[in-house]
Amino acid sequence: MNNSQARNQDIVVSAIAAHIEKHKNRPGPLLPILHDIQNDLGYIPDEAISEIASQLSLSRAEVHGVVSFYHHFSTKPRGRHIVEVCCAESCQAVGGRNLEKYAKEKLGLDWYQTTRDGEITLEPVYCLGNCACSPSVRVGKEMLGRVDNESFDELIDELTTVPLDIAPLEGR
Amino acid sequence: MSAENTTRVYISRDSSALSMGAEKVASALKQGLNGQNVTIIRNGSRALYWLEPMIEVETPAGRVAYGPVKAKDVAGLIEQGLLEGNQDHPLCLGLTEEIPYLKKQQRLTFARAGIIDPVSLDDYRATEGYKGLEKALQMSAQAIVDEVKESGLRGRGGAAFPTGIKWQTVLGAEAEQKYIVCNADEGDSGTFADRLQMEADPFGLIEGMTIAGLAVGATQGYIYLREEYPHAHEILDEAIAIAEKNGYLGDNILQSGKAFHLEVRLGAKAYICGEETALLESLEGKRGMVRPKPPIPALVGLFGQPTVVNNVISLSSVSIILAKGADYYKDFGMGRSRGTMPFQLAGNLKYAGLVETAFGVTLKELLYDFGGGSLTGRPLRAVQAGGPLGTYLPESQWDVAMDYEEMAALGAVLGHGGVVAFDDTVDMSEQARFSMDFCVVESCGKCTPCRIGSTRGVEVIDKIRANQDRDNNIELLEQLCETMVDGSLCAMGGMTPFPVQSALKHFSEDFAK
Repeated sequence: MNNSQARNQDIVVSAIAAHIEKHKNRPGPLLPILHDIQNDLGYIPDEAISEIASQLSLSRAEVHGVVSFYHHFSTKPRGRHIVEVCCAESCQAVGGRNLEKYAKEKLGLDWYQTTRDGEITLEPVYCLGNCACSPSVRVGKEMLGRVDNESFDELIDELTTVPLDIAPLEGR
Repeated sequence: MSAENTTRVYISRDSSALSMGAEKVASALKQGLNGQNVTIIRNGSRALYWLEPMIEVETPAGRVAYGPVKAKDVAGLIEQGLLEGNQDHPLCLGLTEEIPYLKKQQRLTFARAGIIDPVSLDDYRATEGYKGLEKALQMSAQAIVDEVKESGLRGRGGAAFPTGIKWQTVLGAEAEQKYIVCNADEGDSGTFADRLQMEADPFGLIEGMTIAGLAVGATQGYIYLREEYPHAHEILDEAIAIAEKNGYLGDNILQSGKAFHLEVRLGAKAYICGEETALLESLEGKRGMVRPKPPIPALVGLFGQPTVVNNVISLSSVSIILAKGADYYKDFGMGRSRGTMPFQLAGNLKYAGLVETAFGVTLKELLYDFGGGSLTGRPLRAVQAGGPLGTYLPESQWDVAMDYEEMAALGAVLGHGGVVAFDDTVDMSEQARFSMDFCVVESCGKCTPCRIGSTRGVEVIDKIRANQDRDNNIELLEQLCETMVDGSLCAMGGMTPFPVQSALKHFSEDFAK
């Protein structure tokens, strides 16, 4: 789902309600709820915070406190792809710092910023557990090892190339 | 399981193998072998990561390996007799078990890694899986705890606390509900043993947790898994569902009348949640703030109840200890470090991967005999052992035998077994700055030495690097490190100075440029 759709208020509200409903009777429900909302909507909207607070009998400050504590949760819409570049020691040992710099230059972004077309958000990550194949980059479930400038370029090309939707000729 | 006369071909679904292109190779294989009598099995990894993506083919003589394979190599490999295990192709590595890197190891906890299909219960049982649980079901709770105590197993997460003693405390606690929590928040850079284990042998962990439940009287377990491990998440969920379906988890484990339920909970990117009390807060749905100890989690843990918190490798080792006996396990190792340790070779090494071996292997052996020296071909200069809170060791210390006590004698830590090597291009003042900066980003903020100390640490290192009043600032940094070590609530602030102090001590020239 892209963000413009997600902004459709009704959809957002009912999605939030469904995610809360699914988990609220489990022990320690807050993180599972936040994960589901972010997976679905791409971020944690304000209205989610009030709704979670009221459903779980927490204050809004408590929910906000949890959301802001974890690097994973975002309270702002982000790009269609989240490109995470590993900034930890194993990657540093094989050119990770250069890759960080290159990624920022290539995309014209600093950490947690999104390209103007809304395609890519750049984020740092501290270790992807791919340390035998450093430096590493992650996009969603996909992880890349031994990333250099060239393979980073290829990755960005792939992410920003949208297949053309051409109707079959016979149908015209 | 497949019919007997089909050829079995293995290609890994491990995250690191996938990061090097295993999925493309698997599809090329599928395409190239279309119509032939072949079963393609997506195994875990042997963790000889420089050889991934690696294809293995079962032959009468054993498995023959090829690697690192690119998708474009597949057609040629098939043409040159891949399915017969033909060894003429330049990518052929011979019999997998004969690859020296693997042959020199003692794989106990990782005995199944890369060998079985991680989500095949049949494969697991065929390799002595669930033997430990079957034995445990015949034993009293105290007898299980005694077996673990006897094995000498110490927590493999980093703190090295004797596992059996922790279990004894939880067993002795009176409570309606107790919990088993697996700490799978493997945040240390340079470590991937937990991930590998969960992706290659998830039933090993599930079995270990079930045994832990029987041992202390806990009926609910949680695996607190870091969000950064989506593949491990998928595999664990698959394996848990299979275990439930086959009566290995649930209300009546193997008709014993005993219950154990298991669930994966995801973290959300916070290094501090690898600290056990912060982890418990997070599981409860709170900010991952460190709790003061006492009370210890064994008595007042998750939701205030007695809780075993153990690392993935510790819990997986329990399955082996119960299956093979404490004596078998204890025979490996030296001094008070018993059993085996999975060392993870990372950073600037030619042959990075997992080396499981008895304690006592020297760091130099790991770096050169296994690791093959630097990836870049330049001389190695510094090694960080034990994750981002571990010290940097200069070459003069590389003869150290890797066990808990020998490392401690150097002021170093073994931690979770990570070894990150740097070549001579490293700037150690920059690494020291990073250590402080990492603490700025990841401190939970509960105690002042960690929260404020780390920020001041970055500032003062910046001044030293800019050559401002260097001598006084170095003295100030040393004092700050002492304050953090002595005054922090947990290891985050208490150990962040270790890499900084060791960089200052052994690589002082990098602070004087």
